Amino acid sequence: MAHLNPTPVLEPAQDRTMILNMGPQHPSTHGVLRLLLEIDGETVIKCIPDIGYLHTGIEKTCEAKFYQQVVPLTDRIDYLCPMTNNLTYCLAVEKLLQLEIPPRAQYLRVLLNELTRINSHLVWLGTHALDIGAMTVFLYCFREREQLLKIFENVAGQRMMTSYFRIGGVSLDPPLDFWKKVKDFIDKFSDRVDEYEGLLTANPIWIERTRGVAYISAEDCIELGVTGPTARGSGIDWDLRRDMPYSGYEKFQFKVPVATEGDVYARYLLRVQELRESNKIARQAFEGMPEGPFKAEAPKVVLPDREKMKTQMEALIYHFKIVTEGFAVPAGEVYQGVESPRGEMGYYVRSDGTAKPYRVHMRSACLANLQALEKLCVGRLLADVVAAIGSIDIVLGEIDR
Amino acid sequence: MALQPAITEIDQLKDSPAVTALQSASLIESAKFDRDELTIYVNRADIRRACEILRENTQTKFNFLSDITCVDVFPSEPRFEVIYSLLSHLRKERVRVIAKLPGGDPSIESLMGLWLSANFFEREVFDLFGVRFVGHPNMRRIMMPEDWEGHPLRKDYPVEGYR
Repeated sequence: MAHLNPTPVLEPAQDRTMILNMGPQHPSTHGVLRLLLEIDGETVIKCIPDIGYLHTGIEKTCEAKFYQQVVPLTDRIDYLCPMTNNLTYCLAVEKLLQLEIPPRAQYLRVLLNELTRINSHLVWLGTHALDIGAMTVFLYCFREREQLLKIFENVAGQRMMTSYFRIGGVSLDPPLDFWKKVKDFIDKFSDRVDEYEGLLTANPIWIERTRGVAYISAEDCIELGVTGPTARGSGIDWDLRRDMPYSGYEKFQFKVPVATEGDVYARYLLRVQELRESNKIARQAFEGMPEGPFKAEAPKVVLPDREKMKTQMEALIYHFKIVTEGFAVPAGEVYQGVESPRGEMGYYVRSDGTAKPYRVHMRSACLANLQALEKLCVGRLLADVVAAIGSIDIVLGEIDR
Repeated sequence: MALQPAITEIDQLKDSPAVTALQSASLIESAKFDRDELTIYVNRADIRRACEILRENTQTKFNFLSDITCVDVFPSEPRFEVIYSLLSHLRKERVRVIAKLPGGDPSIESLMGLWLSANFFEREVFDLFGVRFVGHPNMRRIMMPEDWEGHPLRKDYPVEGYR
């Protein structure tokens, strides 16, 4: 294994520099990221990320599963925003099948997707502040996150690995108390964001640690493949929800916050803005939730209702066939990109006409964003590395897959 | 929605700037428009030039390399298809460029000179498929351990691994 390899990957270039190994068990690397840092005194002069510690071969596993069996695997890629990954995969397969999704399912997907984004940003905010030394924020963020996890548990039966979306819609209509819980959350959340901002935005220590730190320019973002809030913090006005809408996002009104400073503080302010915007989208989806079916009318692809299964012969046959032999997807290839909390999450799915995907590839936003880390850290102090890692918001499960 | 048949005649795709730009440099081997997505096949020797044209041409402006991946179509030949997904921020459009590589010599020119983001993407394809990117400065494994044997995403590699 790379970490057992006795030969160091990096040799000190001069006598005065030294090599520092950070991770993979470092608490502020947000998982198992290992960094090889060459430092001169306290200044970082080289930073090489070493990844692969969480590689589980999900892409290979997908090739051995039926299309519907891949959905639970997509949760495990990015455990902070499972619904976004569910959505991307489902949209890609639906594009292959050219399946039309009923409006209620689309709205439910948007609602849960935005709640997931809030969930992910809350974990980011809490841990990022914790890394830099502001402990209290973490407790506040996890208080709201707990509320969200209860909502997810309510709707999907699972707190984190939800697997709630299905090819063709969602698995079940939400239970009645779901709506009350969502309303409670949406109504109060704006005030909660004010609380976080009260702790950090004007806090002199926070500003000192983040303003002007880990700068990246817009050109470098394009060059290095950086997407999402990290790129928008450098002035790239690009959000897939607005610019290449999917799952009915064109029906929602929201702003895409953009900053031009390109430092950690700008990215912090931007994500806090995104929390508010996501809450707005969630409210629109909640209030405009249409009635109707929550999954597509496609008996060969979508599992029938329990009720139908017990009364109709065909439904029972289709259920049996889908579960035992899957459903064939017409040959072809698609790429579906969505705006995950971290940037462009994309699924490339190729079908050869059978019931198992020929190839599933995940375009990971974090993998591309991680390439920018060297740019962010070089020439800065060692202590800023922690702030830089936090500000690009990486999830190692998604990087390694 | 009924599935529309794919358009594969290059003449019918003339209104796409990407096709026109590459056609005028005669770099297109074939093209297809399927499920609202444009795919262009180019010769592996031309991949860098094709991407450069798509990036620099004022009609196409595909300024962002969003992904590089690969598909192994073992046992047919040419065995590997390296897939480049380009995105134009200005025109809000995607294009997929595919180069086919023979199983005997899976190598292709690196795009590191055009986009630095190709770095990790190409290393990942090398690691999992064994496709070499000529001109990449650091062609090492990225996901698998350094001393791993074989390339796991190849179709002749068992899902359970070798025991």
